[in-house]
Amino acid sequence: MGTGPLLMLATLEGMVMAAVLALAAVGLSLTFGVMRVVNVAHGEFFMLGAVLAWGATQAVPSAPLGFVAALVIAPALVGALAWVTDTALLKRLNYNPESTIVATIGLSYLIQQGALSFFGPDARAVAAPFTLRLQFPGFGYSGYKLFVVAAALLVLLAVWWGLTRSRAGLVMRATQVDRTTARAFGIHVDRVYAGTFALGAALAALAAVLVAPITQAHYLMGHDPLLLSFIVVIIGGLGSLRGTLLAALVIGLADGILSMLYPPTLAKILATLAVAMVLVFRPQGLFGGRA
Amino acid sequence: MTHFSRRSVLAGLAAGSALALAPMRFASAQTAEPIKLGFQLHRTGIGAGYGRWYERVAMAAVTRMNGMGGINGRPVELVFEDDGTDPKRGAEVVDKLVSQHGVDLVFGSLFSHVVIGSAPRAAELKVPYLPCSEGYHVASGILNRWCLQPGISDVRAQVSAMAPWVTQNLGKKVTMIFPDYAFGHDHRDYFTEAVAAQGGEVIAKIGIPPTETSFTRYLPQIPAETEVLYHVMVGPSVLTFVKELGEFYGAGNGPQIFGFIDSLEGVDLASPGLEFLEGSHFWEGHCRTKQPDAPAWEAEYRAAVGVDDNGASLADPKDVATYAHMFSVWETLSVIKKGMEAAGYQSTADRQKFVEAVEAMTSFDAGLDHVQGAKVFNGKTHQVFSTQLISKVEAGKLTRVHTTSIEDSLYPDVVDYTAQTF
Repeated sequence: MGTGPLLMLATLEGMVMAAVLALAAVGLSLTFGVMRVVNVAHGEFFMLGAVLAWGATQAVPSAPLGFVAALVIAPALVGALAWVTDTALLKRLNYNPESTIVATIGLSYLIQQGALSFFGPDARAVAAPFTLRLQFPGFGYSGYKLFVVAAALLVLLAVWWGLTRSRAGLVMRATQVDRTTARAFGIHVDRVYAGTFALGAALAALAAVLVAPITQAHYLMGHDPLLLSFIVVIIGGLGSLRGTLLAALVIGLADGILSMLYPPTLAKILATLAVAMVLVFRPQGLFGGRA
Repeated sequence: MTHFSRRSVLAGLAAGSALALAPMRFASAQTAEPIKLGFQLHRTGIGAGYGRWYERVAMAAVTRMNGMGGINGRPVELVFEDDGTDPKRGAEVVDKLVSQHGVDLVFGSLFSHVVIGSAPRAAELKVPYLPCSEGYHVASGILNRWCLQPGISDVRAQVSAMAPWVTQNLGKKVTMIFPDYAFGHDHRDYFTEAVAAQGGEVIAKIGIPPTETSFTRYLPQIPAETEVLYHVMVGPSVLTFVKELGEFYGAGNGPQIFGFIDSLEGVDLASPGLEFLEGSHFWEGHCRTKQPDAPAWEAEYRAAVGVDDNGASLADPKDVATYAHMFSVWETLSVIKKGMEAAGYQSTADRQKFVEAVEAMTSFDAGLDHVQGAKVFNGKTHQVFSTQLISKVEAGKLTRVHTTSIEDSLYPDVVDYTAQTF
């Protein structure tokens, strides 16, 4: 394979990776930014999204309709579960950082083993809404993967608009800056927290719905997105949306390109090394405020 | 009206059923204690697709066996224990089966890293351990005298037997894609050797971790001058692997494709995205699609294990069997029965006699006990040898185009387990 096509394929793969990663990591970043909760169950919310996508596409036999149903149902259900988790669990722990980490670790096991019990141990294929193979010079590529990039961009734009231009976004940012003052101004902080946690989980689920037709749904699929989301969020700066997006792009593209040219494990090693470097030289992350 | 609390009802139920069951237990103890066979099962983890079918086949084989009077007149009981397809758990499962359940022997494991991780514990416990694996770990001598593989031929035998057909019919410049662990390394090492012996050459070797979920990134490593692409993949993402291969090459382009059915075991060949496989070839241990010249017992075997003529579950046509491998469980159980009867097996004190009885075996005749076909057993290397099948995808179904002889798969012994102490 020539250098040109190779680099092009690597860039395409990197973009798909970056798009999915950005969606998943933005969810994690929001929860941390607004609530100061490190959600270890984030990867399992992702997995649950893919499993529900499989369920939706099974229930609706037509491929495009089933996928649309999955896009609506999976994030909604996962978001609802996260809402319940927040009010029934995290709130009762007073959002204490140590307690919430332990609680979400426990939750991640519950969700994973629940999926194993009810969904089963097999990987299951989720039908893509359409099949399109694009022929580039030297290689063919899935049209659906490019759709994933476009869809992720749209969702991220919507999230950005929501946070910076809408009233809900204003309320969230106010809560992030100072919880006590926000409450003094009549903001229903409990509801903001529950909503943020639900939104973060729903974004992870949405990323998983997009990715499921590429990788299939499997009960162990939550590990990698969790690790990479943490890497992205730490490099970008905890709670910084801009930093998260930029870091997702860098890590995604680097992973795509490096793993094409070298063994893919090297890409993971370098990403982890980057985290270590950021933590040593800029502990607040590239775009983070004061730690 | 009296109200019962749920707890007291449950307690009452438990006590009642214990009373009801007690005389039955006593009655069976008077006749004969069952022979307990421990099954080390990949019920979860990356081998779960195989595990589900291995469990079904084992139950079907034991039902048949008990219908014919069991082993030495005693009923046979299976004890399943999940190893999560994890080598560490594997050793623990061997321990649990032997120490807690008191099984007579352990069998059934497939993934080679689990087999290799479990075998030392079997030797420490002095319990027979019979993998249904394909890995070249028994005959290579790295295990121990307690390990036997009488149900399925190993990778070294498989690839040695098929390499001549591949080089003569598909091409001589081969690129290999294999899972990057013991099982895949067996493919890499012995297929490379066998192709070289035929005047061919393996020009690239691409190892992929068995837990990988994305494969496009590996495909540019396939050299353009490749004539044959040899692929063997395992794990939950095999369908993704083959689909991405199809996206990369498209239909009718690229090299000839020769795959091990492992890459699509348990996967429907009619799945969307697999159309490009039409005309490509697969190794099969046992033909998934029932062939027109199938032997008389094939229908009976399929009915017993609940598989239709397309190789899918009778209950759910979407649930495709791991048909090319699962006969190994059925045949291993046949050998266990023969071995225990030859050894006059009475209790766990006779475990060594059982191993010696199997070591004395030399061949198995084709039939309902050995559904895949006749086999040659090497008592020194503890490994069985069989014919190998090559099938072509025609109209979305696998049609057998070549059958190797058993002799094609033989190689010189590298170990004599009978010279080792127990």
